[in-house]
Parts: sequence; C-alpha cells; structure tokens
Amino acid sequence: MLSDLEKKVILGLQRDLEVVPRPFQEIAQQLGIPEEDLLAAIRSLKDQGYIRRFGATLRHQKSGYAANVLVVWVVPDAQLTRIGQKMAAYREVSHCYARSPAPSWPYNLYTMVHGRSREDCMAAAARMAAETGLTQYEMLFSETELKKTTMRYFREEE
Amino acid sequence: MTIPKTEDRKPKTGSLDDLDKAILNEIQSHLPIVSRPYAEVGKRVGASEEEVLQRVEDMCDAGVIRRIGANFTSRKLGYTSTLCAAAVPPEKLELFAEVVNRHPGVTHNYLRRHRYNVWFTLIAESKDRLNQILEEIYQGSGVEVLSLPAFEIFKIKVDFPV
Repeated sequence: MLSDLEKKVILGLQRDLEVVPRPFQEIAQQLGIPEEDLLAAIRSLKDQGYIRRFGATLRHQKSGYAANVLVVWVVPDAQLTRIGQKMAAYREVSHCYARSPAPSWPYNLYTMVHGRSREDCMAAAARMAAETGLTQYEMLFSETELKKTTMRYFREEE
Repeated sequence: MTIPKTEDRKPKTGSLDDLDKAILNEIQSHLPIVSRPYAEVGKRVGASEEEVLQRVEDMCDAGVIRRIGANFTSRKLGYTSTLCAAAVPPEKLELFAEVVNRHPGVTHNYLRRHRYNVWFTLIAESKDRLNQILEEIYQGSGVEVLSLPAFEIFKIKVDFPV
C-alpha cells in the first residue's frame, strides 16, 4: 500500500523535472518536505516498481531510430508464451504484449519494432516471422503522431 | 575521446557526439536520484556538472530529449489501460482525433497506414471509467472503437542505445 507521503510524492512527480543543478529541491519545497525525504521516497517507489523508469524520454526520430512499425501477429494460444518471450528478446522490439483478439480482428500478439529506416523495420519483421514460423501478421506503419503525452495520475479530470 | 567545446555546437538530428550519447545512455532510465544528479552523471562520463547541464539543455532545445521525469506503472497505481483501434473515414478524421485527444487518459495516438487507421492508448482509473470514455468517444464521433486490452506483457522498454 502507498503511504500518504508516497502518494504526495507521486503527485509531485507528475511535472517534468527542470534542467537545473538541483532539480529535486524545488519539488521538495512545494511538497513541504526535506529534499532528502523526497529522494528516499523516489528510490523506494522505484524499488517497489511503482516508478517504472525515471529519466529522459527521447524522441526516437531525433536519436537515430527514425522508423517504427506496429507488427501484429496471430499466434496459436498454446505457443503464445513461448513466442511472446522469443519476440521480446529482439533488440529491435521495444514493446511486446499479448492482447485478446476481437471478432473482426484475429491478432493476439503485438510488437513495436524500431529501426533506422522502414526497410530496417520490414527486415526485422521478416526475420521474426521466419524464426518463429508465424505466417499471419500485418505491419502498421505510423503516418502521423496525433498525440503523445504523459499520463497524470491521481488528478481530478474533466 | 575529444570533447568539442559546448558553445561551438548545438546537437541536431544525427549530430550527437560521443559525450552527448554517453550522457543520454546514463540518464534515459536511471537518472541518479541524488541531490545533484548531473554532477553524478558528470563523474560517470568524465565531464563537469556544468558541461553535462549545458549538453542536456541543448538536447532538450534540439528536441532530442522530449522530457525528463518519472514514468509510472499504471497497473500498480490501480489504473487500467487498453489499446484502441478504429477504422475512421477520411472526412471524419479531424473530428475523431479531437473527440479522442480531449481525454487526458489518451496518451499516445497515431494515424497508421491500414484499414484500422487510428490507434490510441487509453488509461483510466477504473474499468468502468474506461468503458465510459469509450462510450463517450462513440457517442461523440459515431465511430466504432475496438478495445484490445493486454493480458500479458512480455516486454516494455523505452530505452534505446544511442
């Protein structure tokens, strides 16, 4: 269970950090706690897995990974765990999830594949298909980013 | 490693030097949780705190760094999430994007080259609220949305070696 202090810290961390020598100091002041307590709470939230990562999020397009594609696969249920783990091991794959299919949509394994070009992405998908023996898959290239933001938790919305 | 003087350069696409890359690899997932994190990064990459701060600021300005902060595990905070897909006719795209994007729980939304052309992620504080938002999107746009919640996560990673 989250302590009151931890909940307060999670709220305080919804903002991006400023690029200053002591970025945690101002957040601690706003929360009315010593900086040392804030740092300890953040470390503890990380250790417990509430904070998945803490750091800089890059724009892939500007850091050399210009292309990405969502590749969706039809995997027999009995092989889902084995193949999901195998797909996850590819360094080109950033996300790999099993999802329930829908009546009009048979795909149950989802991989985000990154590369320096479209061709890179397609080559990686072809390799993944060959090495898993999967034949039913589709590649969904992104055309436009309509929104990308960070979730704000424990906020009153709307 | 020779380090060009910071004032002589601004990083642009594809022009990150070795020090920029070393800094990025240190701060992507694990910014040191200490009072002076950039001094600590400096120690690790062999640069001063000032130099590291200047580089990070430049990479923010150049758009290489989108943000610096915490990413939470939504499930552990009691939230629920799903991936949504919709086949939106071209004439309805603008309206649909507006109706979807107005929800703060929609964190990623992409137009993709496919019959199902709009794909977005939705996070909400409960299953009921999530379904309510999906209903609101349908009511507001007249477009049917496919909800594809994950039941197993094999990998979630946002770090890239640069």
